[in-house]
Amino acid sequence: MLIIFILPMQQLTELFQYEFMVRAFWAGLIVAIIAPLIGSFLVVRRLSLIADTLSHVALTGVAIGLLLGINPLITTMICTVVTAYIIEELRSNERISAESVLAMILPGGLAMALILISLANGFNTSLITYLFGSITAVTQQDLWIIFGLGIGIAVIFILFYREFMYTSFDEESARTSGIPVKLINHLFMILIALTVSVAMKVVGALLIGALMIIPVITAMQIVQGFKKSIVVSVGVAFISMIMGLIVSYYANLPAGATIVMTSISLFALISILKRI
Amino acid sequence: MDTIIPHAIEIKNLSFSYEKEQVLTNVNCKIDVGSYVGIVGHNGSGKSTLLKLILGILQPDKGKVYLFGKDNSVSIEWSKIGYVSQKAGISISHVPITVDEVVKMEKVSDYAVDEALTSVHMLKFKHKLLRELSGGQQQRIFIARALVKKPQLLILDEPTVGVDVKTQETFYELLSRLNTEQNITLLLVSHDLHTISHKVKTVIQLDRKTYPYNLTSCNVNHIHSPYAAAH
Repeated sequence: MLIIFILPMQQLTELFQYEFMVRAFWAGLIVAIIAPLIGSFLVVRRLSLIADTLSHVALTGVAIGLLLGINPLITTMICTVVTAYIIEELRSNERISAESVLAMILPGGLAMALILISLANGFNTSLITYLFGSITAVTQQDLWIIFGLGIGIAVIFILFYREFMYTSFDEESARTSGIPVKLINHLFMILIALTVSVAMKVVGALLIGALMIIPVITAMQIVQGFKKSIVVSVGVAFISMIMGLIVSYYANLPAGATIVMTSISLFALISILKRI
Repeated sequence: MDTIIPHAIEIKNLSFSYEKEQVLTNVNCKIDVGSYVGIVGHNGSGKSTLLKLILGILQPDKGKVYLFGKDNSVSIEWSKIGYVSQKAGISISHVPITVDEVVKMEKVSDYAVDEALTSVHMLKFKHKLLRELSGGQQQRIFIARALVKKPQLLILDEPTVGVDVKTQETFYELLSRLNTEQNITLLLVSHDLHTISHKVKTVIQLDRKTYPYNLTSCNVNHIHSPYAAAH
């Protein structure tokens, strides 16, 4: 983390001479905004594991995309959105607990991905890019999709903030407020699925969950008020993303892992400072 | 010519079962506007099921529920109904949500929030974190949220679970005041017959042993608590 303070300005600007780095920063900043927005309600709902579940399903989407030769981001979105719908349907009928639903679908997503990889017999290297993220892998087309989806997710979040909030905190009372709870829950699940798809290229499928949750729980330690905690969590995610990308570039480390470790470091630092 | 005022709640020939288990059979009930009614019964007696049927969360196998004269399977005027769920406080202990934010989950003005918090004597806690309040205080905040839209009917599901006896007294005083001063119809669900029967004006007892598959017919204006009568 100290690298960012030690590096002279000239070296920092040098970073942005590379187009892939500029794209990575833009994609990273969009992810840093939307991941904690959605993550805040995941923490309230105690459904933090859902991001991890969908990220494993995302791998199936990637495998399908690579197999069919189309942009994996598109097939990933389709796979995660459909799965999110199925998860919500299973969860809401209350016969199977949410935890069990996730425990079934998480390995299922991974298993399907492995079968497809085996059938295709080839694209292991490409898949690793999606598993752990790669800043060099963000193409211009990816950036446009990430940008469009990011704006869409943020706008829906703002428009339906009250509905998401009421439903997340108290589903029964939300219903008596006239909120179409089922519809809102499905919409929220779709937003999670899209966020996972958007973030996958930058952070990596296996690490997305961390970026959705860690900035949120960090922010919740230091502020009074849920709305304030969302704003601060976006700030924490921003700092983690920028520092993580810079450190990963200069230390030649994987971007996703460095971003996640940076956010964990911030969480640890704030936890320690709060105890002093 | 006299105009007919619809009942706050009217239940007609209501039956409901969970798969093979018959929970409610042919229930009939009328609750007048301004009533203060307690539904009591042991766990599994069908209290929560009846509440869910009244609120339209569950659909009956047979029969109808009318809220202020309107069939609840067609539409419900949610602005007339305040509800305090048993699960209201479950998701808050790990989240830094303020009292103000809880009440504002309803789409209302800041003035209305202040007014609702004042009516439950909790305005001074407006900017406090909900998790820093006691169980009884939290329950008042959830009532404020239900009251903020100025409902004509307030439904509370097991509102005093986990609340100490002294706080329960203050809580029932508040409910009584809302009923008498604001003429809000109150429907309270509890497993505690002894306490409830001292507090509410009318008791509906759901007990499969006493009334096989619950009450078959009641007009709550004619059913009074045995405890209340004795005091």
